[in-house]
Amino acid sequence: MNTLAITRTPAPGSPLRRFSNLLYRRPNLYLSMLLVPPLLWFGAIYLGSLLTLLWQGFYTFDDFTMAVTPDLTLANFTALFQPSNFDIIVRTLSMAIAVSIASAIVAFPIAYYMARYTRGKTKAFFYIAVMLPMWASYIVKAYAWTLLLAKGGVAQWFVQHLGLGPVLQFVLGIPGVGGSTLSTSHLGRFLVFVYIWLPFMILPIQASLERLPPSLLQASADLGARPRQTLMQVILPLSVPGIAAGSIFTFSLTLGDFIVPQLVGPPGYFVGSMVYAQQGAIGNMPMAAAFTLVPIVLIAIYLSIVKRLGAFDAL
Amino acid sequence: MTLAVQFTQVSRQFGDVKAVDRVSIDIQDGEFFSMLGPSGSGKTTCLRLIAGFEQPSAGSIRIHGEEATGLAPYQRDVNTVFQDYALFPHMNVRDNVAYGLKVKGVAKAERIQRANEALEMVALGGYGERKPVQLSGGQRQRVALARALVNRPRVLLLDEPLGALDLKLREQMQGELKKLQRQLGITFIFVTHDQTEALSMSDRVAVFNKGRIEQVDTPRNLYMKPATTFVAEFVGTSNVIRGELARELSGYPQPFSIRPEHVRFADGPLASGEIEVHGLLHDIQYQGSATRYELKLANGQTLNLSQANTQWLDNTTQHQTGQPLSVRWAREAMVTLHDTVSGEV
Repeated sequence: MNTLAITRTPAPGSPLRRFSNLLYRRPNLYLSMLLVPPLLWFGAIYLGSLLTLLWQGFYTFDDFTMAVTPDLTLANFTALFQPSNFDIIVRTLSMAIAVSIASAIVAFPIAYYMARYTRGKTKAFFYIAVMLPMWASYIVKAYAWTLLLAKGGVAQWFVQHLGLGPVLQFVLGIPGVGGSTLSTSHLGRFLVFVYIWLPFMILPIQASLERLPPSLLQASADLGARPRQTLMQVILPLSVPGIAAGSIFTFSLTLGDFIVPQLVGPPGYFVGSMVYAQQGAIGNMPMAAAFTLVPIVLIAIYLSIVKRLGAFDAL
Repeated sequence: MTLAVQFTQVSRQFGDVKAVDRVSIDIQDGEFFSMLGPSGSGKTTCLRLIAGFEQPSAGSIRIHGEEATGLAPYQRDVNTVFQDYALFPHMNVRDNVAYGLKVKGVAKAERIQRANEALEMVALGGYGERKPVQLSGGQRQRVALARALVNRPRVLLLDEPLGALDLKLREQMQGELKKLQRQLGITFIFVTHDQTEALSMSDRVAVFNKGRIEQVDTPRNLYMKPATTFVAEFVGTSNVIRGELARELSGYPQPFSIRPEHVRFADGPLASGEIEVHGLLHDIQYQGSATRYELKLANGQTLNLSQANTQWLDNTTQHQTGQPLSVRWAREAMVTLHDTVSGEV
């Protein structure tokens, strides 16, 4: 039976082949080779620097000499609860919540249309249209909005021509929402935030709706559900993971932002701009570090709430 | 007798493709009606037209006498068991089953009770709290069935519901579905590409091909008296004899069908009303309960003969491939076929 049996001892092989055989025999070695470099980067450089920063929150800042000494104290963290600092936190937090809710409301119909009604080139067009604003510099866009929203700017001109001037005046008069003009109002800042973070909300929702099998919607209609009932009972609950993912973006990006609050809206610090001011102009690194902890804690709280609501069950 | 579903010259076009082409069917109330055909033959589209997921391009669909064209799925008194079951992953089994009642505004206590009853009916009594992902394929199938039946529809549509199950489970579910249909007395419209399934379960079967109906008949008639070459070849296996040989043997120019099990080896003198042909034995296939002999006829056509292995340790060595053989069949077992799609029924 020599015709069929090709007897060939395995070639000793080059070192490369022996190495690849070794990796094949030891999948864990293979896996660790893939994971160690990014984990080193993530652990040492990313988490390490973050923890170092937070550690500095316990250092002492001398107001008189402007010097930082490594004497450990909780003063910086307790200072967060002083009314002036706490105001900043509340202001930032409420803006982040408002921006997340508004983004979800605006993003959902677009995401739904993209996921269920477009295909091929139309879908590609929508992807590009959603992401196109991200190709431009974020600061340029924020500046552009200050002009659009300024007194005599396009937005106000448009509102005047629609005959809605008095409505705008009324809205700008509401404390906590308004301001002297759109570009110096909370409303204007809110609009710019929603504009800038909207793609981060659209894409996750779109992805979650894309995964929804069409037969589920048909089954819902088949069982007698009107379109509104199908939306409330089937589509929305199943898109919650997408909405949660998107809101994590919008929420955390708003919490940490320090450019938009400087360019648009009324005076007053945000958490991000406070960190910027503390470590830049003032040189109070410990206080900046303490403020850095605020968004981290808030996002941790937010994630635990979202998790408790079951948003990640479907993942 | 009232009609559960009536199609009158219904067409459904997708672009240039006619998925359903001038189909007319009358489905009786309380009937187990199957739509059988290869994939892309239009059977599923017909089911979706009844459910309301598609609207006809032309023609009229009546459900229990009422014009259904233009009605949305939620306005129709029919329910569907989907091929992929389409259970809501975020609801537990009981909420899935109770969904139809919930959206119609049935009070909570009643809908829980009815959902539990429906689950009992499909032998899933204790499974109400589970999520669909925790169930096996067969169990999901039953939940889908309970979810459709809890609404007490007059017509139940089943879109290849057994396709994803393995053979044993499928056979078991076939029996249960048939029993359930008799018990409830509602119309079942069952879409399948599996001819054995269609034959064994249905009162009547419609055979689809290329968007048209080739034949609507009882399983027995479908098998014994196929109307067209397509039906003869799709339902069971058949020898379809065409051309000059067909004219020579039957006296008609049309092709005819003869089932392999109606062909037997020649023995003794030729009886009146019998036909004999000669060929070479080309292949022998042992199939367990039967053995199939493949003959090459003089004109190159293949003829199959199937012999039931009724004898214990029956040996097939008496025949050798390559040997010349004569085979016979009774004239009345030949069925003359139409080559064209009949369309009208």
